Amino acid sequence: MVAEAGLLALIIALCLSLLLSVFPLVGSYTGNIRLMNQARSLSWGLFAFVGFSFLCLVWAFVTDDFSVDYVARHSNSLLPVQYKVSATWGGHEGSLLMWVLILVGWMAMVAVKSDRLPPELSARVLSVMGMVTVGFLLFTLLTSNPFNRILPFPPENGADLNPLLQDFGLIVHPPMLYMGYVGFAVAFAFAIAALLGGQLDTAWARWARPWTTVAWVFLTLGISLGSWWAYYELGWGGWWFWDPVENASLMPWLVGTALMHSLAVTEKRGLFKSWTLLLAIFTFSLSLLGTFLVRSGVLTSVHAFANDPERGVFILFYLMIVVGASLTLFALRAPEVRSRISFSMASRETLLLVNNILLTASAATVLLGTLFPLLLESLDMGMISVGPPYFNFVFVPMAMLLAFALGFGVLLNWKNGSVKWLISQTRWILLVSIIGGLGFSLFYGDAFAKNFLIGEVLAMALVLWIVLTMVRDILNKTRNTRAKAGLVDALKRLKPAYYGMHLAHLGLAVTIVGVAITSGYSSQRDLRMAPGDRVTLGEYQFRFDGVSLQHGPNYTSDYGSVTVYENGRQIALLHPEKRIYAAQQMPMTEASIDPGLTRDIYVALGEPLGDDGSWALRLHIKPFVRWIWLGSLFMALGGVVAISDRRYRMKVRQKVNTLRPFGNEGVASA
Amino acid sequence: MNAVRKQRLILVLLLLAGVGVAVALMLFALRENINHYFSPAQMAAGEAPVGQRMRGGGLVVPGSVERDTESLKVSFRITDGAGEVTVHYEGILPDLFVEGSGVVALGTLGDDGVFAATEVLAKHDENYMPPEVQKAIDEAHPGYTKPTVQTTAQSELRSLQDGS
Repeated sequence: MVAEAGLLALIIALCLSLLLSVFPLVGSYTGNIRLMNQARSLSWGLFAFVGFSFLCLVWAFVTDDFSVDYVARHSNSLLPVQYKVSATWGGHEGSLLMWVLILVGWMAMVAVKSDRLPPELSARVLSVMGMVTVGFLLFTLLTSNPFNRILPFPPENGADLNPLLQDFGLIVHPPMLYMGYVGFAVAFAFAIAALLGGQLDTAWARWARPWTTVAWVFLTLGISLGSWWAYYELGWGGWWFWDPVENASLMPWLVGTALMHSLAVTEKRGLFKSWTLLLAIFTFSLSLLGTFLVRSGVLTSVHAFANDPERGVFILFYLMIVVGASLTLFALRAPEVRSRISFSMASRETLLLVNNILLTASAATVLLGTLFPLLLESLDMGMISVGPPYFNFVFVPMAMLLAFALGFGVLLNWKNGSVKWLISQTRWILLVSIIGGLGFSLFYGDAFAKNFLIGEVLAMALVLWIVLTMVRDILNKTRNTRAKAGLVDALKRLKPAYYGMHLAHLGLAVTIVGVAITSGYSSQRDLRMAPGDRVTLGEYQFRFDGVSLQHGPNYTSDYGSVTVYENGRQIALLHPEKRIYAAQQMPMTEASIDPGLTRDIYVALGEPLGDDGSWALRLHIKPFVRWIWLGSLFMALGGVVAISDRRYRMKVRQKVNTLRPFGNEGVASA
Repeated sequence: MNAVRKQRLILVLLLLAGVGVAVALMLFALRENINHYFSPAQMAAGEAPVGQRMRGGGLVVPGSVERDTESLKVSFRITDGAGEVTVHYEGILPDLFVEGSGVVALGTLGDDGVFAATEVLAKHDENYMPPEVQKAIDEAHPGYTKPTVQTTAQSELRSLQDGS
């Protein structure tokens, strides 16, 4: 019965979302305040019904209701209870339901905060989000109903959750990622509402900014959680594979990052308006494209869900409608939001433009590499794959240019600046950075002769460059107050938004350190080891102590033991495992890691070789690999600090009373 | 030229330069880094170029896996039903490398007709068939599907119940 209640709730939610996409929008044009106010209660209703439906599905999992097809395919009575809950989003149907839940969750949040917005704007934003919800609810109900029953003969037990997904990483990775993906629907809805209203000003940008930043923070965390999960769970020791589905999450992140920066220009200077709108549309479209790529199974990927062409076609049409409609609207309305403000060449605006160009261009290269195989195949020009070398070759130089431009952008002021001043500010920093990069290679990387890596030198120089320009900027910004009130007081007077920016940029530097050193100076050996064998890798000695049989709740495990020594002293005892999960008879490698701030020691079991108890072993030493994820934490934290800025709360209220930029006048003149 | 025009011109030039550089880089990199797929039948028939990096894939022929006793060297044959090719690899095979199931290998074909793989991939789902392998098999044997591929939950579960 619970499953039927869940389905019923979904159907009611669909009706509510249909109402939401029509009435408040009509109200915003006719000036009917009662219709506009419906948006808020409808959003709440949607959230309640979808939330209830989701809880019904969780209930079906927790109570082992294997008469529900989806539960039978993704759960098992032996599964530990926390994984039963997370199995709810372990397959296609459930993760789609979670997607919808998060979408209406964002809507409910917008509804809560909407009293700060002009009624027309909030009605339109919520209506647009309602339309997006209609599409996804239809998709869920028509092609991927999670509540389908297997009757009259339900199985006695379920097929179990894919062992790869029985992990803490999976409990948190998809919700985070979806929060990010779907969060950009808010920015998208704001953009469409602005286009519908035909006007866009700095107040609009100030409203749209925090939502975009929050979505970006979640996406940042989601992506890095996914990378971390792949690192410890897949057993290959890699942290990024340029897998199509990883790319699918990276593209909205890149364009979303561009959007955040472009929104800053729109808010502060009233510039880049139509570009900002376009980026908001692109960011969400790329999120949808990501969904299409994952769900349709058109691309080969570790994330491949069960392939179902019908689903792919549905999302493809949906994508075409969303992109087509919003771009048409953009083409019709964008000329009305044009701005006529000039700025000099050496200004922050120019550098943010460079930032936007580089970010969108890098997103385009990733898109090309991801879709090129599909394109050739559909033209019947053979089957190809585009490997990591392509992505590294095009993406890394652009990322480096971006990091270089970042330093200038941070130092420059809005509107006016001179190239001469910029040179006087940066020439010493540049010199120190280059020397620092070379020095790093000299001291860390085995000197120039054997192991000179130009990419690593450049990367470390750029890290110094980012940090030093940041310090210089803080000194510049505090110059006047420092003399009067002292450094500490001067630092206190800087705004949270300013610190948020630097924190996020520092995060980028930290991530670059991690990527550069891990890529350049990792060591790895795959080898055959018999119990008692010793091997040296880098500064560490490994002793393989054999494998014993162990039993887990729903698996049996070959439980290996490897002792690690440094200079003859034992520093770690690692237990890599090879598990066989009972229900699916599926083998799983569980790597064992000794983590550290400057290096990870990573050991994974390959396969048993021969009768003497010897195994294939994979040993890695990964210097600074944690910095990759540490940097993304800094970035996310920077975003959080930035939106804690009081101007997003205080000034908005004042503006609402004095400014009504989205009234009917805008529509009438259109 | 007034300031706005000049500024716009600069913007457009910047944009064009950026796009130009990006496109040039992309095309160059794409040309260098595309891996074409060849089926075992094509390799056996000599239709695949020797010495060029490519992808090959098929079902691992049961009983063909031979391991070296001293190192991690391994050799096996893959088939698409129409032809077979021998693959040499040194390293750790993926968890789901099982005789009779589909794999994709990245490497080069030698003069001796042996495919030297630098990477072997098997997907993390026992029912998953690499699409290019499925296609090659379909072309060699229309209507053939790998016997273990079961698409609906019912059949999955039924086999589970029968088995246990």
